[in-house]
Amino acid sequence: MKTTPGMFALPARILHWLMAALILAMLFIGVGMVASVSERHAWLLRIHKPLGIAILLLAVVRLAVRLRHPPPPLPADLPAPQKLAAHASHWLLYALMIAMPLVGWAMLSAGGYPVMLSESLRLPPIVPASATAFAILRHLHGWLAMLLFLTFLAHLGAALYHGLIRRDGVLASMLGGTRKS
Amino acid sequence: MTQPVSSRKYRHGRWLRWAPVVAVPAAFALAFGYAGGWLAPHRLTPKRLIDQFQANAGVHPGYRRNHAKGVCVSGYFQSSGQAAAYSVAQVFTPGQRTPVVGRFAIPGGNPYAPDSSVPIRSMALRFTQADGQQWRTGMNSMPVFPVATPQAFYAQLQAGQPDPATGKPDPAKLAAFFAAHPETAAFRAWARTAKPSASFATDSYWGLNAFEFVDSDGTRHAVRWQMVAQAAADGATPPDNPDYLDADLRRRLAQGPLRWTLRVTLANPGDPTDDATRAWPADRTTIDAGTLVLQATEAQDSGPCRDINYDPTVLPDGIAISDDPLLPARSAAYADSYLRRTSEEAHLPGAARPSANTQPEARR
Ligand code: HEM
Ligand code: HEM
Ligand code: HEM
Repeated sequence: MKTTPGMFALPARILHWLMAALILAMLFIGVGMVASVSERHAWLLRIHKPLGIAILLLAVVRLAVRLRHPPPPLPADLPAPQKLAAHASHWLLYALMIAMPLVGWAMLSAGGYPVMLSESLRLPPIVPASATAFAILRHLHGWLAMLLFLTFLAHLGAALYHGLIRRDGVLASMLGGTRKS
Repeated sequence: MTQPVSSRKYRHGRWLRWAPVVAVPAAFALAFGYAGGWLAPHRLTPKRLIDQFQANAGVHPGYRRNHAKGVCVSGYFQSSGQAAAYSVAQVFTPGQRTPVVGRFAIPGGNPYAPDSSVPIRSMALRFTQADGQQWRTGMNSMPVFPVATPQAFYAQLQAGQPDPATGKPDPAKLAAFFAAHPETAAFRAWARTAKPSASFATDSYWGLNAFEFVDSDGTRHAVRWQMVAQAAADGATPPDNPDYLDADLRRRLAQGPLRWTLRVTLANPGDPTDDATRAWPADRTTIDAGTLVLQATEAQDSGPCRDINYDPTVLPDGIAISDDPLLPARSAAYADSYLRRTSEEAHLPGAARPSANTQPEARR
C-alpha cells in the first residue's frame, strides 16, 4: 500500500551507522567526564578530543557522499509537516555534527590550551586566546550537545515510528535489510 | 524490516507497538541522565567540589575558587640538560630556554585574605615550548598533601566550612575529620611548626603529585618535582601589612631576577605514586633539571596569568600523569572553577557579578 522508497547508498549507510555509534558515544563520554573527578575524567578526555576531530572529518566525507548519492525520497503519503520535520531534523543533525567538534576545538583555542589529540599531536589554535570567547564557546559546547541529544532522541523515536507503526520502509532504507516491510 | 510474527496479533495489539517507540528513547534519556550525574546525586562531581569551596569562602566573581589571592610573574626556564635522559620533553633539551608565565598565590578562596593567614604559599607555572606544547604545574610550599583522594579532600572542605554562628570552622567537625583520616598525620606534623614566610622568593615549592617522565625509548620513570629557592630565607618577620608578599616580590624583582632550581626525584620501584600524603625516602636519586628565572611581576587582575588554568594534566610529550587520583580530580575541578570565573569576567547571563557583598575592598 505504501511506496517503498529506495535504499540509501552503501557508503551512506555505513557512514550513518558508524557515525551514529561514534556521536552517541561522544555525548555520553562528554557528560560523563565533566561529571566525574575520578580517573574516568582523564581517560575519557583523552578519547574525546581525537574522536571529536575524527567525527568532523567523517562528517565532511559524509556530505560529499550525500552530494554524489542523493538520499531516497520520503514516502509520498507522509504528511507534509512530518516531511518538513524529517528534513529539518536531518539538517540540524548534519549542522551539529560539524559544529560540535569545531566549537570544541575553538573553545580550547580560546582558553589558551594546546589542542592535543595525542601525547604529541597538536592542532593549531583556530581562534585567538580570549577568556570571554572561551566562556561563550564552552557554554555553547554544552548547550549544543544537549540540543544534539534531544534531536537524536526525536530522530530515534521517529525511526522506530516508521519501522514499527507506519512500516513504510524508511527504517529499512537505512538498515539495508529487506526492502519491503 | 523483519516480517511481523503475526499480523493478526499486531492488528489487535497495535498500541503495543508504540511501547518501543517511547521506551527506547526514554531508556537512552535515563542512561544519559545517569552518565551526566543528574540521576546520580551521590557522585562527587567537579561542580560539588567547587560549590563547597564557595560555601567555605564565599563567591568572589572573577577570582579563582581556590588560591584566589595571588600575583602574576614571568620569566624563563633554562634547561641543564640533565633531565633529557629521562624525558623527551623539549623543555629539558640541553641548553633550551623556555618562556614561562607563572603565578604566586596563597591557598583559600578569599582574594582578600591577609598573607599571614596561612603558612602555605604556591607557585604555578606554564612553560610554552617552542613546538607549541605546554607544561602546566601548580606546586605548594609543603612537603606532603593532607589527603590522598578527592573524596577525602571534599570531606576536609566540608569539615572546614565556617559555622554561620561563629564565622569559623567547627572544631568538633575538624577533629572528627582528622580522626577519620589518619593519612593527614604527616601534613599536620609539618603544619604544627610551619610559619607564614615573609617572601615568595625564599620558599621552595613541591609538585606533590607523582608524574611519569617518558624517555626516547618509551621507558616510563615515576617522578616528583620541586622548585628549590636559590634565595635564602633571612628570618625576617613579616611586616604588618596584609599584602606584604606582593610588596616584597616587587621590591626584590626591582633589584634583579629571582631563581629556583628544578629538582626532579626519581622513584624507586615500590614508591607510592598514588598517594600524595607520603613523601618518598630522602635517599632517592635527584636530578637538577635546570633553573627557573623570574624577571617580572604584574597584578593578577590584568596580568597574563589571569586567564590561565594551571591544570596539572596539561603536559608536553615526555611527561605524563601517574595513577595519582588527585590529578584527574584537580583537572576536573580547575576546569569548573575556570569556567565560572571566565563566565564572570565575560559578564555572561547567570554568572555571579561583583556586588558590595562580594567585593568588600573594591580593589578593582
Ligand atoms: C547520533 C546518532 C544519529 C545521527 C547523528 C543520525 C543522523 C542522521 C542523518 C543526518 C540522517 C539523514 C540522512 C540524509 O538524508 O542524508 C539520518 C537518516 C536516518 N537515520 Fe539516523 N542518525 C543517528 C542515529 C540513528 C538511529 C539510532 C536510527 C535508528 C534506530 C536512525 C535511523 C535513521 C533512518 C531510518 C534514517 C533515514 C531517514 C530517511 O529516509 O530520510 N538514525 N540519520
Ligand atoms: C561530535 C563531537 C563532540 C561532541 C558530541 C561533544 C560532546 C561533549 C559533551 C556532551 C560535553 C559535556 C558538556 C557539558 O556537560 O557541559 C563535552 C565537553 C568537552 N568537550 Fe566535547 N564534544 C565533541 C567534540 C569535541 C572536540 C573536537 C573537542 C576538542 C578538540 C572537545 C572538547 C571538549 C572538552 C575539553 C570538554 C570538557 C571541558 C571541561 O572539562 O569542562 N569536544 N563535549
Ligand atoms: C582534589 C584535590 C584538589 C582540588 C579539588 C583543588 C582545587 C583547586 C582549585 C579549584 C583551584 C583554582 C583553579 C583555577 O580557577 O584556576 C586550585 C588552585 C591551585 N591548586 Fe589545587 N586542588 C587540589 C589539589 C592540589 C594539590 C595536590 C596541589 C599541589 C601540588 C594544588 C595546588 C594548587 C595551586 C598551586 C593552585 C593555584 C594555581 C594558580 O595560581 O592559578 N592543588 N586548586
